[in-house]
Amino acid sequence: MKIDINHVAKLANLPLNSSEKEKFEKQLSETLTYVNKLNSIDTKNIEPTSQVTGLENVVREDEAKPALTQAEALSNTKSQHNGFFKVKAILE
Amino acid sequence: MNLNQLTIKEAKEGLKNKKFSSVEITKACLERIKNIEPKLNAFVTVTEREALESAKKADDLTSQGEVLEAKPLLGIPISIKDNFCTIGILTTASSKVLENFIPPYDATVVEKLKNAGAIILGKTNMDAWAHGSSTETSDFGSTKNPWNLKRLPGGSSGGAAASVASDEALLGIGSETAGSIRQPASWCGTVGLKPTYGRVSRYGVIAMASSLDSPGPITKIVEDSALLLNILAGHDQKDATTSPKKIENYTKNLDKNIKGLRIGISDDYFKGVDEDVVLKVHEALKLFGKEGAIIKNIKLFDPSSSIAVYTILQRAEVSSNLARYDGIRYGNGREYFGEEAKRRIMLGTYALSAGYYDAYYKKAQQVRTLIVKDFNEAFENVDVIIAPTSPSTALPVGSSKDNPMFGELADILVEPSSIAGLPGINITCGFSRDNLPIGMQVIGPQFAESLILNVAYKYEQQKPFYRQRANL
Repeated sequence: MKIDINHVAKLANLPLNSSEKEKFEKQLSETLTYVNKLNSIDTKNIEPTSQVTGLENVVREDEAKPALTQAEALSNTKSQHNGFFKVKAILE
Repeated sequence: MNLNQLTIKEAKEGLKNKKFSSVEITKACLERIKNIEPKLNAFVTVTEREALESAKKADDLTSQGEVLEAKPLLGIPISIKDNFCTIGILTTASSKVLENFIPPYDATVVEKLKNAGAIILGKTNMDAWAHGSSTETSDFGSTKNPWNLKRLPGGSSGGAAASVASDEALLGIGSETAGSIRQPASWCGTVGLKPTYGRVSRYGVIAMASSLDSPGPITKIVEDSALLLNILAGHDQKDATTSPKKIENYTKNLDKNIKGLRIGISDDYFKGVDEDVVLKVHEALKLFGKEGAIIKNIKLFDPSSSIAVYTILQRAEVSSNLARYDGIRYGNGREYFGEEAKRRIMLGTYALSAGYYDAYYKKAQQVRTLIVKDFNEAFENVDVIIAPTSPSTALPVGSSKDNPMFGELADILVEPSSIAGLPGINITCGFSRDNLPIGMQVIGPQFAESLILNVAYKYEQQKPFYRQRANL
């Protein structure tokens, strides 16, 4: 199975070096070969299960409650400015 | 007996009768940690000062006549896996991405433990992001098995299980996605309870695969696990997947008669399993037979297909959950991910990418439906299922290296029930020829925690293997 490793790394926003790319390409393809055994199981007209709780549309009252303070929310960032998270420019 | 060797039950009795203080138990645990951590590496962070302060406060409350019913863990020193957010205490998930992360809030589980009066000794080592079954993917070095330092403790809650098996802590809080409580409990010779998905809140637990993650206790005896579930279980507004179902008193039915209990066993769960393990589980089944249980052969979905399902679901959900680590709001950037995390993110991203979603993620979810159905049908004919927890005893250090499927193969017997969100408990059922613990698991239908605890307790009363200690 051929995997476009550069494309996947880009989608995943992961910086990989060339030896990692080579290694992962091989290992991912091996794992997918294993997973392909599922193709032998007939799943025609079977609904997918995304969760097993049986709960649906879980809602609660929309009430204002105390949350983290601005200082707490910012306590782990390395880069802030005037009480905001500071990020690199996204748009030129 | 040293105070750090006590079960929670024994410690509670001693504290109540003023035979010793919380400061004394806590000091005994900290002393043990100091002595063996250089060899064991079960902890990422030890919070000695805070633990002693909390223990002193617990003793003050006790002397003021604080009722122990309101605080069932008052003064009991415990360890917490490092993927539970703890306010003011470093929380890394054993990854360098979070090597400096100090959470500004507590996980619901941590909040409940604190409210119950528990003393937090520190945070335990794990596979980074809980990706693995060995602790060898930890960015801070692997934990060793207390029974044999050349062996692995299992994982991902390997530090938690090792901390309990080596008497560093009276309890280890762990989390399981598919095996991460039961498998290390098995390899370290402890009790490990994986509750029904949604029974215990995931809020504040660093997410791995959100449709499977289940926090739970690792303890020395079954009764302690039941006590812990009384504290941890319940609906949480902060986790919409927690069940509104009423919680039970899980310690109430521990000693119930198991005459007529129908135990299902499936051949596929004994295939490729170590001879010693098969032997000991069969011995245990014989004992259940003597107690009046009925052993029935059943056919279950092939576990090797379940690990294929799990591999896709887990990698996909991981790639989504770990997308949030961008180094902006907290933590380091994505270049800090270790190899295993990168590999899993890559596979998950691929499986979810345009053109492949139906072939992989949807297909795995459809087979998941079949697995759920298969268990439901099985539980029409049996009350519980018993099987080995792991195909082997603790494997040698280094076994997981360069084996992307290591975790899945080590967890082949626990992944199916996790996929169906079922509760399961590991209990030691003997030792191998090379003196390593062997674990068996009792699996029940959703929300049948009381029943599986009852079955495990009955066994433990007959075969108290927990009395054997790792010689370390």
